[in-house]
Amino acid sequence: MSHRFAVEPAHVLMFSRSIGEPDPPLDSPAPVPPTFVMAAAHFDPDYHLRPRPGEPWVGSSGVPSQRAARLGPGAGDEPKDEPGAAPVLHAEQRFEYHAPVRIGAVLNFSTRPGERWVKDGRSGRLEFGELVTELRDEMGRLVVTATTVTVRATPAKGADR
Amino acid sequence: MSSTAAPAVAVGDSREVTVVDDLTRTQIVQYAGASGDFNPIHTDEAYTTQVLGLPGVFAHGMLTMALTGRALTDWFGHDRLLTFSARFRSQVWPGDTLTTTATVTGLRTLGGAQVAEVGLVTLNQAGDEVLTGAATVRLTGPAT
Repeated sequence: MSHRFAVEPAHVLMFSRSIGEPDPPLDSPAPVPPTFVMAAAHFDPDYHLRPRPGEPWVGSSGVPSQRAARLGPGAGDEPKDEPGAAPVLHAEQRFEYHAPVRIGAVLNFSTRPGERWVKDGRSGRLEFGELVTELRDEMGRLVVTATTVTVRATPAKGADR
Repeated sequence: MSSTAAPAVAVGDSREVTVVDDLTRTQIVQYAGASGDFNPIHTDEAYTTQVLGLPGVFAHGMLTMALTGRALTDWFGHDRLLTFSARFRSQVWPGDTLTTTATVTGLRTLGGAQVAEVGLVTLNQAGDEVLTGAATVRLTGPAT
């Protein structure tokens, strides 16, 4: 399933300011900052790190939620109501740039799972997973490949392991 | 199309950039809004401290990567990057000052163009590594 991501001047402006970049020229197709494509998240209708009207949200409102929910960058990771659930963390991020992304571009993107692997050590288990997002132009040509590596750390149980 | 010529570089060339000085919670909020990542661990002090028991909110790994990317684009421009990768080593907290060192670690030819391999390390004010990474930059041939 792919989603449309229009690279808009005001969005690039706000992103640039948030990372300390000078305001981009808004009247010409300037290139976007190298990590800007992560903002495709705004255009993923199922993105789980964005509150949705009418749905419970793990962040605090009047009284902080007592659900020790666990969120992470992985697509499809649902908040878990188990206090013992290990959090999913963003371990690594990679970008491959096949063509420049400029203000005014209209991209389509889709995300698929990549590799998964496990590392076991004395302190516990690390479960790694990849999510690969491909962003294409309107001709279907690959523009950027973005790979997110998440990690879930489960500590070893007990001292006699 | 960019008409700027690529800078001449040699293996070992290095540049250091302070990419953020005394990071504010407001900048983290700006990044959340722009990037779309509203994970409350980055912006919701009540959630982070009272529910997760952490000292407070901390920055998105991707904010640190974006800041690190400025060291690359300041040096090479925006049109010559072929790859950019990062590992998040430790948390970045409000008040942190981060400095990125970019170092040319290799030069090679790829499809007729000269390509620089660049190592990246971002340290906080205590000298701890918060991010390590790498990039490849096309030095010759037209900027796309």
